[in-house]
Amino acid sequence: MTAALPAWARFVAPAAVGAILLGIWVVLVDVVHLAPRALPSPVAVGEQLVQHWDIILEDMGVTATNALVGLAVGSILAIVLAGLAAAIRPIDGMLAPLVAAIAVVPIVAITPILNTMFGASSQFGRQAVAGIAAFVPVFINVLRGLHQTRPVHRDLLRASAATPWQTFRTLTLPTALPYLMTGLRIASSLAVISALVAEYFGGPSDGIGTAIATAAKSGRAALAFAYVAGGIAIGLVFFLVTSLLERIVTRRSPV
Amino acid sequence: MTDETIAVRAAGVGKVFPTKAGEVVALTGVDLEVAAGEFVSLIGPSGCGKSTLLRLIADLDEATSGTLSVFGKTAHQARLDQDYGIAFQQAGLLPWRTVGANIALPLELHGVGKADREARIAELVDLVGLTDFVDRHPDQLSGGMQQRVAIARALAERPRLLLMDEPFGALDEMTREYLQSELARIAAETGAAVVFVTHSIPEAVFLSDRVVVMSPRPGRITDILPVDFGDARVEGLRESPEYFERVTAVREALHGAPVERPNER
Amino acid sequence: MSRRAQAWTWGAVGVLAVVALWELYKWLGPADGVVVGAEDGRAGSGVILLPRTNDRAMPHVWVMVGRLFESTSGGSTPPLIVPVVSAAVLTLGVAAVGWLIGVVVGFVFALVMQRWRLAEWGILPWIVVSQTVPLIAFAPLVASFGSQLDRSGVPWPQWLSVAVIASYLAFFPVAVGALRGLQSPDRAHVELMRTYAAGYWPTLVKLRLPAAVPHLLPALRLAAANAVVGAVVAEVSIGMRGGIGRMLIQLAGQGSSDPAAAWGPTFGAVALGLVAAGSVALIGVGLKNYRRGEVAA
Repeated sequence: MTAALPAWARFVAPAAVGAILLGIWVVLVDVVHLAPRALPSPVAVGEQLVQHWDIILEDMGVTATNALVGLAVGSILAIVLAGLAAAIRPIDGMLAPLVAAIAVVPIVAITPILNTMFGASSQFGRQAVAGIAAFVPVFINVLRGLHQTRPVHRDLLRASAATPWQTFRTLTLPTALPYLMTGLRIASSLAVISALVAEYFGGPSDGIGTAIATAAKSGRAALAFAYVAGGIAIGLVFFLVTSLLERIVTRRSPV
Repeated sequence: MTDETIAVRAAGVGKVFPTKAGEVVALTGVDLEVAAGEFVSLIGPSGCGKSTLLRLIADLDEATSGTLSVFGKTAHQARLDQDYGIAFQQAGLLPWRTVGANIALPLELHGVGKADREARIAELVDLVGLTDFVDRHPDQLSGGMQQRVAIARALAERPRLLLMDEPFGALDEMTREYLQSELARIAAETGAAVVFVTHSIPEAVFLSDRVVVMSPRPGRITDILPVDFGDARVEGLRESPEYFERVTAVREALHGAPVERPNER
Repeated sequence: MSRRAQAWTWGAVGVLAVVALWELYKWLGPADGVVVGAEDGRAGSGVILLPRTNDRAMPHVWVMVGRLFESTSGGSTPPLIVPVVSAAVLTLGVAAVGWLIGVVVGFVFALVMQRWRLAEWGILPWIVVSQTVPLIAFAPLVASFGSQLDRSGVPWPQWLSVAVIASYLAFFPVAVGALRGLQSPDRAHVELMRTYAAGYWPTLVKLRLPAAVPHLLPALRLAAANAVVGAVVAEVSIGMRGGIGRMLIQLAGQGSSDPAAAWGPTFGAVALGLVAAGSVALIGVGLKNYRRGEVAA
């Protein structure tokens, strides 16, 4: 039996680890001067953040919008298709291998094609990539959730002469909801990263990804890291919001 | 009597659990001696502490008061010396191992050589009647068969003490009765002491030399009833008047009052 | 028909359905696509909802496939499929190295986090956060660190930098999946091992590792897919020659003159992901006994 740890350690432990990592970073760059040129001092990064926060915020807005649009459209499409797949077997048969294939291929690789199709001045390519990235986990999780109703509950509703719509509303939907939330949580970070990385493969010249690339190429490492911080912030916000939603929904759900 | 002839000695044993709603007294003032080779059942309603007491003997939890010794040593030392074998309510078989490999698990862990392991496995599957299933996996066995494997595993290292926590609880009545006869036979053949937790009165009476009746809030022993059937623990016993009389005695001890029968009113 | 054959058939039907959808839209869709909110005279304004249907933006499917077998850049250069395959194989190799590194690192993290609850509480949040950091940030960092090492005598070829970045994406699913797997045994099984006075190592080898297999296999598959993505992106970021990522960018740049050519490396990248995932799935074949009671990813 391991000794019981105090509850506050749950917050202090990661904070301590973070502080240690930050300390190592500062020591490497500012004290020992051992870091390569591409690694700036956290102080310099902070300075750049403050100095350029308005354009950083602007670029964050572009990337975040792309990620959000992708997340929304991808999720809605995933829910609709998962619903169809759960109801109609042949559709499930057709979609399953396609989705499994999409799940393992580098989606960002189709960004150049999408930019050609939709024009290089459109944000659509990035939104589409984010959408596809979000689609996969939401589809898989919603499909699984729709199949999770317990036989004893289905028998209960059948014995109560419930119509299919009533069964869906009172049983299938509440059972599937937690799975949807889990899928959204996974999809949110994927959508952000995909939207960001897709910027690397062409398209308009705004967005956090292109900003990082431009700053890195011109040797302004601290500025590049400031943009990275912006990217991390977007990812964290998406993740925290969807995690919170997931927590709220799963608290009262049947296991 | 030397300490070697006392399998378990508990004196004033108590266990208190701290919970969010205050302290829960799971056990208090337990005094019990189990002689070597004796079969003792612990019976009582939920919360009476019978499983807790078993876990204390197994060194899966620590007593908060009193002293507990197993074969003259502390429970902790007895566990390290592997003086007992244990079987839980869920058979607890590892799903990726065959029946034979599951039985051999304690032997592997304690460095028994391959040839000796094979020989012991063969002995044990024969003892529990599963020789034809030695290469099957647990998901291919029924609940009763899985429990037999668990019992075989508990016996692998020829322990002098068997601890069993409602091992037949998840099985149907017919399988239960069959396994009870098998267990009585095996216990007699191996001469091991057994501490057996159950909430079935007929089961406790059929198997035990003594039945320890416990009750909850706080968990404590309220009665210890002798059951003198010795070697007569065969199927016919279940129909005998003496058996029914002992069952009634245990039931009355559990209810704390004589049970009124309809034709005696 | 067996269930396997049925699944493959429906899959093929699905692919054909997608192809049919493409061609159908190309035939029936408006020539300039569907644009919302465009302003007259302002090129590039408005939001394009559906693409243009001309042969430049949307080549016919048979043109895309056929292009693979035409020469790469005219004259006597080999068919496009040859450089696509060799680039894909190169990227696959680099991704494989990245996968291996990621699996080892992720597994070590999982072992440490399972052993000490404090380590799990302290490290796991940072591992989760690490995946929100875009790896574009790391590419120049790793590359310059690598060339520094190379100059100082320790050999560090450029592709190793790509592999390291790929491993960064691969280690996360392994760390999380392995941790969950190592923590998955029932309390009853853990207590059983305790009654056998089995210490940390025997319990690890005989209980936790076998119990972790059903959680590890999907994680390894995910790690392979992530390693491929990481390798492709890092190639572009670092400017590594010969990989499929670079080819994608190059041929996409020629979109106006040779629209179907960009689809070549795209198909190659898709095939790459499938091969990577399939190879890892093969690992699971030999471990059938340990998957009794498998958990889906």
